[in-house]
Amino acid sequence: MEEAPAVIEIQNLDKFFGKFQALNDVSLKVRSGERVVICGPSGSGKSTLIRCINRLEEHSAGRLVVDGIELDDETKNVRAVRMEVGMVFQQFNLFPHLTVLENLTVGPMRVRKISRKEAEARARKFLERVHIPEQAEKYPAQLSGGQQQRVAIARSLCMEPRIMLFDEPTSALDPEMINEVLDVMVELAESGMTMICVTHEMGFARKVADMMVFMEEGRIIESAPPGEFFSSPRSDRCRMFLDQILEH
Amino acid sequence: MPNPTSTVQEGASGYARFLAQMSTGKRIGFYLKSKPASVAVYLIVIYIIVQTALTGAEAMGYTWRWYRIPEYLFQLTDEGFQWGEIPIGLVKTLQLSIQAFALAVLLGLCIALLRLSGLLISTSVAVAYLEFVRNMPLLVLLYLFYYVLGPIFKFDRYTASLLCLAVFHSALVSEIFRAGINAVNIGQWEAAKSIGMSSAQAYRYIILPQSIKFMLPPMMGEAVHLIKSSAIVSVIAVAELTTIGRNIISDTYLSFEIWFTIAAVYMVVTLLLSVFVTFLEKKYAVAT
Ligand SMILES: Nc1ncnc2c1ncn2[C@@H]1O[C@H](COP(=O)(O)OP(=O)(O)OP(=O)(O)O)[C@@H](O)[C@H]1O
Ligand SMILES: [Mg+2]
Repeated sequence: MEEAPAVIEIQNLDKFFGKFQALNDVSLKVRSGERVVICGPSGSGKSTLIRCINRLEEHSAGRLVVDGIELDDETKNVRAVRMEVGMVFQQFNLFPHLTVLENLTVGPMRVRKISRKEAEARARKFLERVHIPEQAEKYPAQLSGGQQQRVAIARSLCMEPRIMLFDEPTSALDPEMINEVLDVMVELAESGMTMICVTHEMGFARKVADMMVFMEEGRIIESAPPGEFFSSPRSDRCRMFLDQILEH
Repeated sequence: MPNPTSTVQEGASGYARFLAQMSTGKRIGFYLKSKPASVAVYLIVIYIIVQTALTGAEAMGYTWRWYRIPEYLFQLTDEGFQWGEIPIGLVKTLQLSIQAFALAVLLGLCIALLRLSGLLISTSVAVAYLEFVRNMPLLVLLYLFYYVLGPIFKFDRYTASLLCLAVFHSALVSEIFRAGINAVNIGQWEAAKSIGMSSAQAYRYIILPQSIKFMLPPMMGEAVHLIKSSAIVSVIAVAELTTIGRNIISDTYLSFEIWFTIAAVYMVVTLLLSVFVTFLEKKYAVAT
């Protein structure tokens, strides 16, 4: 089978916050259409790693190439990458002063420079895809957490990105709303989107992941396909971690 | 201090219970802060001031000629109605204040953005500017603009006053902008950046619209402040309200009457503005 080209190439990445090393020699390759799930204990650098991919954090050393564009100090490159990479945050970060529809159109209109009409049509299409077409005129504060997170996913999709990053998208949600968000993410995965998800939802991981990554203390300790990862993790750390989170 | 309004909504019985629950000392404090009490205190203070002025004036043998004042407010001649000198001065004061405030807001925004840019050079430029302006007495700044920069750049006294007021107030305005911008959650920045917005776009479409509600009340306070400090330009004889007052007095020696009138005019204007601010605050509180 012919291998798809790598859309994200991370080589020997280091990240320091002052003296503290949050990422330590991290290398990872993600191919087009691949779904990667990252897990690991709190403070292990999961957020830092995916935030480096769209340069919400600047890496300190190493190389990072996204969709053929090298991420460096070149502002033009950074913006080009951000247009291709969508990001969903734990805290949703919807724009509270804009309606749901405006949240979805502001990016395409201002950044991609498409017309309002086209942007609204696109926004409604993606609201349909995240199953909340009827909420377009509301403000974020009027929606439930699960609905807000789905709007946030739609907002990213409206930029028509090639890659989607998720940073614990369900950790801020009430338990009964987690599945509605995960369902949308599964559908997205099935549509062939390249995805990197930081999550501890192992049911979701088993269902969609092509590759599991376990991080600890800024390093990738283990990366393997889910079958192997869950049945026979090589490191004790990873096994202990899995035992812990699979308990409940 | 518990907020009484929420309790009031429960009805009169709830309100009575709310008062009964407080200690006597607290209750007296609460009554003193109530509306009728503050109006009463206000009237008493005004009464004392007026009474002192009257006795003082009498003691020095001042003859009041209030009947001379209306002609400086408006005149009814054969040619019909005409505004007097004081309203004309007021218009000039308002014109100067509005223009200076607009300029101060523009300058203040630039300084705030420079300061927040995170670049060492622009941050130090902004900080140096702020330190300079903040440590300069307004009067000295005015002289600087009028006697030093005026001749160099060939601008008149009105422009000198305008620039001086704008520069002086831009310092506080920039702090208001900075605080308002910083009050917006960092996540909003990240979300804006993550959909590819430039810093300018993020400010314009995401950050500034959200910081307005934090900035509106202090901004209006600063506008009131500017109207008051605009009186200082009378020292270089720009024909605004205070200068007009001085001119009338030198012609007529009506010093008590004129200064009372001028003070009242300033007060009416700034009080109206404060009422407007309260209205805006309420409106924004409902909208968000
Ligand atoms: N802006 C920052 N300044 C200083 N230290 C930081 C900063 N951001 C993260 N860190 C530190 O870097 C380490 C990794 O943080 P990161 O947020 O990537 O962890 P994480 O794996 O996402 O953890 P969690 O599961 O709690 O989200 C932590 O120890 C954190 O304290
Ligand atoms: Mg995290």
